[in-house]
Amino acid sequence: MLAAAGAGRSALLVAPTGGGKTLAGFLPSLIDLHRAGSDGAPREGLHTLYISPLKALAVDIARNLLAPVGEMGLDIRIETRTGDTPANRRARQRAAPPHILLTTPESLSLLLSLPEAGEMFGNLACAVVDEVHALAGTKRGDQLALCLARLSRLAPRLRRVGLSATVAHPEAIAAWVAPDARPDSVALVRATGGAAPALDVILPEGRLPWGGHMGLASMPEVYARLRAAAVSIVFVNTRAQAELAFQALWRLNDDNLPIALHHGSLTVEQRRRVEAAMAEGRLRAVVATASLDLGIDWGAVDQVIQVGAPKGVARLLQRVGRANHRMDEASRAALVPANRFEVIECRAAIQAVASGEMDGEPPRPGGLDVLAQHILAMACHAPFHPDALYAEVTRAAPYAALARGDFDDVLRFVEDGGYALSGYERFRKLFRDAEGMIHVRGPQVARQLRMNLGTIVETPLMKVRLRGGPVLGEVEEWFVSTLEPGHTFIFGGQVLRYEALDVSAVIVSRGGEGEPRVPAYAGSKLPLSTHLARRVRGIIADPRQWRALPGPVRDWLRLQGHASELPSAEGLLVETFPRGGRWFTVAYCFEGRLAHQTLGMLVTKRMERLGLGPLGFLATDYVVAAWSAFPVEDAAALFTEDLLGEELEEWIADSSMLRRTFRNIATIAGLLEKNHPGREKSGRQMTMGADLIYDVLRRHQPDHILLRATRAEAAAGLTDVGRIGALLARIQGRIRHLVLERVSPLAVPALIEEGREWVSGTAEDALLAEAEALVEEATEGAEHFTGTLGLEMLNPHPPPRSPGEQGRPRGPGRAPRHARQRLRHGVH
Amino acid sequence: MISAPLHLAGERLALDPAGALFWPARQMLVLSDLHLEKGSHFAARGQLVPPYDTRETLARLAALLRRYGPSQLVFLGDSFHDAAGAARLHATDRATLLHLLSGRQVSWVLGNHDPVAPEALPGESVEELSLGPLLFRHEGQPGARPGEVSGHFHPRAAMPTRCGPVERACFLADGQRLLMPAFGAYTGGLSITAPPVAALFPRGGRAFLLGRERLFSFAVGPMKHLAARSRAEAGSGAAP
Repeated sequence: MLAAAGAGRSALLVAPTGGGKTLAGFLPSLIDLHRAGSDGAPREGLHTLYISPLKALAVDIARNLLAPVGEMGLDIRIETRTGDTPANRRARQRAAPPHILLTTPESLSLLLSLPEAGEMFGNLACAVVDEVHALAGTKRGDQLALCLARLSRLAPRLRRVGLSATVAHPEAIAAWVAPDARPDSVALVRATGGAAPALDVILPEGRLPWGGHMGLASMPEVYARLRAAAVSIVFVNTRAQAELAFQALWRLNDDNLPIALHHGSLTVEQRRRVEAAMAEGRLRAVVATASLDLGIDWGAVDQVIQVGAPKGVARLLQRVGRANHRMDEASRAALVPANRFEVIECRAAIQAVASGEMDGEPPRPGGLDVLAQHILAMACHAPFHPDALYAEVTRAAPYAALARGDFDDVLRFVEDGGYALSGYERFRKLFRDAEGMIHVRGPQVARQLRMNLGTIVETPLMKVRLRGGPVLGEVEEWFVSTLEPGHTFIFGGQVLRYEALDVSAVIVSRGGEGEPRVPAYAGSKLPLSTHLARRVRGIIADPRQWRALPGPVRDWLRLQGHASELPSAEGLLVETFPRGGRWFTVAYCFEGRLAHQTLGMLVTKRMERLGLGPLGFLATDYVVAAWSAFPVEDAAALFTEDLLGEELEEWIADSSMLRRTFRNIATIAGLLEKNHPGREKSGRQMTMGADLIYDVLRRHQPDHILLRATRAEAAAGLTDVGRIGALLARIQGRIRHLVLERVSPLAVPALIEEGREWVSGTAEDALLAEAEALVEEATEGAEHFTGTLGLEMLNPHPPPRSPGEQGRPRGPGRAPRHARQRLRHGVH
Repeated sequence: MISAPLHLAGERLALDPAGALFWPARQMLVLSDLHLEKGSHFAARGQLVPPYDTRETLARLAALLRRYGPSQLVFLGDSFHDAAGAARLHATDRATLLHLLSGRQVSWVLGNHDPVAPEALPGESVEELSLGPLLFRHEGQPGARPGEVSGHFHPRAAMPTRCGPVERACFLADGQRLLMPAFGAYTGGLSITAPPVAALFPRGGRAFLLGRERLFSFAVGPMKHLAARSRAEAGSGAAP
């Protein structure tokens, strides 16, 4: 690292967790600053910028740096700047920047949009990006890559340092770090691997759950492990799971072990308290989500327990590395599968770790929505020429292949919306002067941008406030809409009673009656890597490998053999069965979730064409399950080789997946606002439904840049069709279709999964017609609206029409509670 | 497209699946909450949403006019998203609208979004329109005499089916009054169980959900308890 620094080269340090990466990244800067200081006048201005994906990490690193710097008596100013930094300190940092500033991608983007960014960063010598592997390939990573390109322009001699965990594609990460998007212009430093981790699997006493991802059945065993160790981290996959696991552990906690909870919906103060208590060794265990995945060094953690399947080898190693943050000792970790599929998956993960294989996809191209936000931010900084900015952004790896035409379209979108229909000239955000330089229209546009900077699109949240007390955290607005006063839910490890709705918060009190609910949060689940999916398929298809599996799982697989059949290695098993008024069709493809997403689209489209009334589908890592109003009688007609020829474009465009993608893209690109100046409080009132905009734009300008970006992003999320083609070719003549009376043992875990996708064919209208006809039939036409409705409704005591008919028949009644009281779109 | 007959205050009316009301005896077509130029309203505030909403809404209107050929046209308020909306009409859209209105008797009922007469467009502007036994106004009033037709709330209803609830924009009627769905391309919706809607229909009524080819009709039970909540929360709810 020092050699690279001496040569002024950028560098990427790849090391397993716990290798002291962060300090290595800072060392050249500290030496440089120390030398400058001892040479005479201390260096003025910002020398090193450190960017971390987590605010907490920036704060923690600052703490860890300040101590040695103070001990060595170095005259180096180190400060953090995040969304939590108070306004007076921000102003001071702008006037007199510290030597080392620790920040996040969002705060950096904001700083670069300021007119004085040139002075602030002009002398920057080094930019350190921590946890690059967690940023590259995400929208936050796109944003940061663009910001780095700008930093290199403001400070041409800037050296970059990337710090990454071990990854499957180090060259791609090196390109991401490089100032010119070329991997060979970066010194790649690989730390040798530490001791291999010691992994085992914890199974519950007695029954092994069929489905679900919570893993609560194993909590007694987990608790026993906590008692036996000094300090543990219990990692879970979702915030809901964190709440439930925490509750379950405390119910078992006869020894009163100090066990804490840490997840992203708790208030910052609460999280800081837990982190501090952990660092001071006052806790025996903390139940945590991905909020503790990255970087923070806890010192003496001696075991990690992963509840629920790890979903990927890289992520598992990252979490396991939290235990024993030293390279020479083996980390101890236990996996707690939550259901039977996860038992197999955990076994597959342990195999993969042992064989030293890494998984993970290479980073995808940068999002055009992020580029739109960046262009506006750059205009807010200073006027620019399009040629110069294009040259600058294509030096960032995610945008290295960006076509000039796409750049110009994005620029036009930022300027005036980029619509074929004129009319928005007077509302334009940017204007061009005679020299072709682009200026921002006014301070209002800049203010609006700064309020909406960032690439994290969250579903609307509401604060949870204790009556007459403090704010406890946030839950998603839709969850609140399912509550009625008196309902209870679990939050922050306690049971809360929903009292009322304030303007900005949910008012709750402690305690309450009834079975508490658990708030769920959208988008908090990672897909299983295709690598692990393949290993799982191999284990199921090979009964010789079952010996390594626990008894209940072996029994489960055998039971599947009796109730239905086991999926064969080469063919395709398809099951059809009725459930809850619908027909489910489950295909055991084992191609991984991304391939199944595409397949779900194709199959439901085919079902629509066959008149089966498809309603939706679910793609898990193992199966694709579709449900329809009418049963599939011939599975071979669904999975034909020409399935890929289905006219999919309209079908996909109407899907919930595309609509969700568009909503995110439109928000990041600035078409939909998260916040509006002066209107912070009434966000909902100011929003317009993304769906409405999507439908209108699709009809009138289908090649609009945001629609192109939406399709491109969805296509990147869907796997290449070649893989599905191979599957279809392989299974022809080997499709085994079973029509069952009920769900099969192997289908159970899948049907309990979340993440259903809806399709909008003709099924909804058919179902409404059916429900309407049923009522009419049951009431012999008395409920039919034709003609008589007006009179009937006016008269509270309708005359009996036949001797047997008493009073007014009940209609289908009101919608289920969760459908009521819900604002679908902003109302104006 | 199959329209559904509805009797209101003794008059025979037809509800169209596109969200319009036709009164055959008067050859009159009624539409509510077009919110024309909502897109450009947002654009003026710095949100450059696609400007095609007016075009889209007018295309839907043109299809209805071809279907019914009405001699009288009533817009039930919030026809424009704001008072200056008509002045912002794109030249092409203005020409389309003038063409659609020409040769018909046009009434603009004023709404909360467009409390003044639309600029330079033909037709009379009225607070309310009383025609025979029917009364047309933008926002329905609890306790109005039978025969009230109103809009304002953009009602939507979710109906249970064997595969779960299906939600659509809808008409809502109880023999006393008719509440119309919003017709505009950029108009969202409010559940019919939301307190302000429930307050108009305390004894429930019948919802007509808009479908592709026809309407789907369902009885809606009494909503007194929901209406009561409306009174308790009076003032806190934002007007659509």
